[in-house]
Amino acid sequence: MKQDQYLIEKNGNNYEVVIGLEVHAQVLSNSKLFSNSATKFGSEPNTQVSLVDAAFPGMLPVINEFCVRQAVKTGIGLKAKINKKSIFDRKNYFYADLPQGYQISQYKDPIVGEGSIVLDLPSGPKTIGIERLHLEQDAGKSIHDIDPSSTLVDLNRSGVALMEIVSKPDLRSPEEVNLYIKKLRSIMRYLGTCDGNMQEGSLRADVNVSVRKLGSDKFGTRCEIKNVNSIKFMQMAIEYEANRQVELLEEGGIIDQETRLFDTKKNQTRSMRSKEDAHDYRYFPDPDLLPLEFDDQFIEDIKREIPELPDQKKDRFIEKFKLSPYEATILVSDLETSKYFEKVIKNSDVKLSANWITGELFALLNEKNIEIDQSPISPENLSKLINLISDGTISGKIAKTLFVEMSNGDKDPKKIVEEKGLKQQSDPKELERIIDKVILDNPDNVQKYKSGKDKLFGFFVGQVMKASSGKANPKMVNDILKKKL
Amino acid sequence: MTIDLKTVKHISKLSRISIDDQKAKKLEKDLNSIFNWIEKLNELNTDNVEPLTSIAETTLRLRKDQILSKNIREDILKNSPKDNKDYFVVPKVVD
Amino acid sequence: MTDIINLTLTELVKKIKSKEISSTDITSNYIERSKSSKKLNTYIEETFDDALANSKKFDAKPDFQKKLPGIPIAVKDLYCTKNVKTTAGSKILENFVPSYESTVTQNLWNSGAILLGKLNCDEFAMGSSNETSHFGNVLSPIDNNLVPGGSSGGSASALAAKLTPATIGTDTGGSIRQPASFTGTVGLKPTYGSCSRYGIVAFASSLDQAGPMTRDVKDCALLLEVISSFDNKDSTSIDFKRPNYFSDLNKNIKGKKIGIPKEYRVEGMPAEIEKLWENGKEYLKNCGAEIIDISLPHTRYALPTYYIVAPAEASSNLARYDGVKYGFRVEGENLIDMYEKTRSQGFGDEVKRRIMIGTYVLSSGYYDAYYLKAQKVRKLIKNDFDEAFNKVDAILTPSTPSSAFKVGEKMDDPVSMYLNDIFTVPVNLAGLPGISIPAGLDENNYPLGLQLIGKPFDEQGILNIAYSMEEKINFKLNTSDWWIK
Ligand SMILES: [Mg+2]
Ligand SMILES: [Zn+2]
Repeated sequence: MKQDQYLIEKNGNNYEVVIGLEVHAQVLSNSKLFSNSATKFGSEPNTQVSLVDAAFPGMLPVINEFCVRQAVKTGIGLKAKINKKSIFDRKNYFYADLPQGYQISQYKDPIVGEGSIVLDLPSGPKTIGIERLHLEQDAGKSIHDIDPSSTLVDLNRSGVALMEIVSKPDLRSPEEVNLYIKKLRSIMRYLGTCDGNMQEGSLRADVNVSVRKLGSDKFGTRCEIKNVNSIKFMQMAIEYEANRQVELLEEGGIIDQETRLFDTKKNQTRSMRSKEDAHDYRYFPDPDLLPLEFDDQFIEDIKREIPELPDQKKDRFIEKFKLSPYEATILVSDLETSKYFEKVIKNSDVKLSANWITGELFALLNEKNIEIDQSPISPENLSKLINLISDGTISGKIAKTLFVEMSNGDKDPKKIVEEKGLKQQSDPKELERIIDKVILDNPDNVQKYKSGKDKLFGFFVGQVMKASSGKANPKMVNDILKKKL
Repeated sequence: MTIDLKTVKHISKLSRISIDDQKAKKLEKDLNSIFNWIEKLNELNTDNVEPLTSIAETTLRLRKDQILSKNIREDILKNSPKDNKDYFVVPKVVD
Repeated sequence: MTDIINLTLTELVKKIKSKEISSTDITSNYIERSKSSKKLNTYIEETFDDALANSKKFDAKPDFQKKLPGIPIAVKDLYCTKNVKTTAGSKILENFVPSYESTVTQNLWNSGAILLGKLNCDEFAMGSSNETSHFGNVLSPIDNNLVPGGSSGGSASALAAKLTPATIGTDTGGSIRQPASFTGTVGLKPTYGSCSRYGIVAFASSLDQAGPMTRDVKDCALLLEVISSFDNKDSTSIDFKRPNYFSDLNKNIKGKKIGIPKEYRVEGMPAEIEKLWENGKEYLKNCGAEIIDISLPHTRYALPTYYIVAPAEASSNLARYDGVKYGFRVEGENLIDMYEKTRSQGFGDEVKRRIMIGTYVLSSGYYDAYYLKAQKVRKLIKNDFDEAFNKVDAILTPSTPSSAFKVGEKMDDPVSMYLNDIFTVPVNLAGLPGISIPAGLDENNYPLGLQLIGKPFDEQGILNIAYSMEEKINFKLNTSDWWIK
C-alpha cells in the first residue's frame, strides 16, 4: 500500500475509490457554436438569443470555425489524437432549457481522441488518461427561484460551445481530482481556449464514482454525479458518494448505476429520478450538418499557435533558473502567475523573486481574494522592491513594511523609501555612534554579556535597531557590536 | 418482429406524446403492419456497406466567429404561449 | 379579364413587361378567383389585401428588370413568411407568426413576386393526399371528391384550379411530383442542396427540398432560376454555378441517352400508365434520344428505407414543438405533463405515428437493426443511380403507380398510402433532381404524369428533355370549374 493512498475503511475492509470526470469547458469565443449570437456572461435574460438558439421552425445550424480551432488546440495541449473527420450527432431529450429537443454533440466520432494529463503528486508524477474531447452545445438556464409558481427559462447560454473532456477512470482520490481539474484548467488557460471560470460556470464536471475492494482489478458499478461546479463540491461529493457506496456494499447491498445530484446544502448526493425515464438519447448523425473535415495543414497551423505549456515551462524554470520542482510547479500552475514571475525576474534575483511571489504576494492575493492579474503590486514595482533588498538599500524587515505600503496603490518602492527615509543605515560611522550610545546606556547588560551571557547579544541588536528606527543594516550592526563588546 | 402494447407506451413516453389505451391499440396495429413491411430490408446483406449519412457530398463549411445577431428578445418571446417580457415560462420544475 | 388566369407565368411576365397588363390586374383576378374557390380549401392564410396593396405599389413604381415583376404567388404553408402566419398545416403552430422569411420565399420577393397567401398542405408535409392537415383536406379541381395528392396538395390544387399562376412546394419523398402528377401540372424537385432549406419548417432534413410547381416546363425553368441559390445559412446548401435555367432551356435532346429502369414496372400498375410510359419512350426517340434499358436493383427497398430515415429525422426535428417557445400549449400538472398533453393534442394522427416510428427506430437496441440498416440500404440505392448515370443522361419513369384517388380511400391503411411514393422516394434518397410532367389521362380522365430523373445538379438536362416531351405530349388540362360559386 502506497503511503499517500486514499482509502475508505469499513469493518476492516479497505476500499479504493475510482473516479472519472466528464468536464464541460466553455470554449472562449465571441459567438456561439452554431449561431452568430454573443456568448458574454451575465447579460440580461434572453438578450443573446438568436432564432437558431431558440430553435424556431426552419432554423439551421452553421458551425463556428474558431470553436473548431479551439477544440483542436485543446486537443494538442492534451497531447491527444486529432481526428481529421468527425461527426455531429443529435442527443435527443426533452427539457425546458433545451429548445431544440436535442443537443448537438459528438458521439461516435469526436473531434479529439485519446490524450493525457500529468499530475504532480507529492509522490511523483502520475499520468491521467484522456478518453476523448468533443464539441457540443450548452443548454439554457432554468430559474426556479424568481417565480414561486413557474420555472423561468433564459436561453442566453443556449448554443454556447462546450468542450466535453472525458477522462479515463484513472483518478483515485478527491485530492487527485483537485489536481486534475487545476491542471486541465491551467492548460486551457495557457492555450486561451477556456477561461476556466468556475463561478461563471465555464467549467463544470460530471463526476463518475465507484468503489472496489483494495486489490481488486474489476471496476465497481459507478454513479454519475451531474453538473458539479466547484472543486470543493466535487471533492465533497466524491467523499460522500464513496462512503455511501462502501456502506451499502458492507451492508450486503448492490449499487444501482444511476445519475445523482449533489445537494450543496446537505452535502449529500441523491438520486435524480426526473432524468431516469428519458435516458434513451436516440443519438443519430445530425442531418442538418455535414461531416467536419480538415487536413494536416489545418492542424499544423494551429500547432504553430501553441504557446509553451505548464509542463514545458516548469522544466525550463527548473533548468534555467535552478528553481526547486516544488517552486516551479507553483509558479507555472497559473499562466498569469508565470507571466508575472517572468516579468519580475527580468531585472531581479530569481530565488528572491520566487520567494516573494509565492510568499508575500500569494498571501496578499489570498487575503484580498483576487487573481494575480488584478494584483495591486505590479511586477515592475515588486522587482524594484526585490532589488532594494538585494543591493542592501533596505532590510528584509523594512521590505515587508514597504510591501504593505505598496499594496495600497502600487507606489514605486524607491520613492517611498526616499520620501519616508527608510533607506538602510549602512554608514559605519553613524552606526558606531548609535552602538556606542547603546553600550553606554546599558552598562549592566554589558557586564553580564562580558561575563558569559551570550544570549544578551540579541538584546543589543534589538536596541540598535530600535534606535535606528529599524533602518540599521543588520549585518553591519552584528559585525560592529561583536567588535565593540 | 412484433411491437407490443408495452413498447408502444414506452415509445409514446420517449416521444412525450400521451396516448390513451384505444389510441395505443390502434398504433400497435399500425406500427406492426408498417414494421412487417419494413422487415423486407432484412433480405439484403449490408455487412460491407458504408452507411450513407449525408447525401450532399461535401464537407462542413465553417463560419467566421462573428457576432451578427442582436438582441431580438421581443421577437423571440412574442410567440410564447405564456406572457413574460423577459423569460419563457414553464410549469415549476423540481429536480 | 378572365384571360389573365389562363396565361402562363412566362406569358404574364411578358405582358407585364410590355405593359399590356398591370400587376394590379393580375393580382385582383387571382384574388377574385381564389375567393370563389373556397370549396377546394387550398388556402390556410389569405394575404389578399396586402397583395393588392403591393401590386399597386409595384404598378406605381414598376421594376421590369425583375424576373417575376409584380407577379402574385401563393406558397405552401411550410415556408416561414415574415409577419404572416405559418402553420405547416398543424394545430401545434396554428397561431405562429414568424419574424423571419425563408430564403426561398425571400428569393421570390426579391425577384418582384408578391405573396397571395399560404397554401394548405399535409401536416408537417407528412402525407400523400393532403388529408392530414389540421385545416381540413384539400380537394382536387380535377374532380369532385378527389384528393390533389400531397403533401403539397394545396399548392397543386391552387395551381391546377388557376388560383395562382405558379407556386412552390416542398418534396421529401414525392410531395411536389406526386401532386403535380395527380393534378396535371409540372413539379420539379431539385438536387439536394440546390434550394436553401433555411426558413422551411423541417420534416426530414436529409431529404427535404423546395421546388417549383407550374403549368408548364418553361414556367418551371423560370421559377427554379428564381428560387435556387447558394445560402450560407444552410450548411447543406451547395455552392455551384447555377445555370440560367430559363434562358438556357432548349428542346434539342438529340443523342441524349434515356434510361428505362425495369424495376419500375411494378405489379398491379394500371395499363394506362404502362401505355403512357411507352408513349414517352416514343416521343423521346422521335426527338432523337436513345432509349436504354437499365436496372436499379434496390428500388423495392427504397420505400421501407424511406420510412425509417424520414420518421427518424422527423421525430427529432419535431421535438422543438413542445409548447414552450411558440405555438399551441396545453397546461399540465408539471413540465412532462405539459409536454405530453401539448404534443398529444397539437399533433395529428399521422404526425404522431411517424414520430413514434422514428423514435422507435432510433431507440436503444433498435438503432442498428433499423436506422443503421436503412442508411446502408440508402447507400446501395445511391450506388444504383451512380452506376446508371454512367450509362445514361436521364431516367424516365412513371411519376406514380396510379392516378389520384378519392378522399378517404386510403386513410385507414398507412402502408397503401405510403406506396403512392414508390417512384418518387428513390430520387430523394439519392438526392437527385426529378421532374413530373403531365403525360395523359386515365380511364376516368384523371391526369397521369411521367417522371424524369437527372444526374446531380443537372436540372437543366431534365428540364430540356421535359420541354421537348411536353411539346409532343401536348397535354391540356381541362377543369370544369365545378367548385366555383
Ligand atoms: Mg455527461
Ligand atoms: Zn456533455
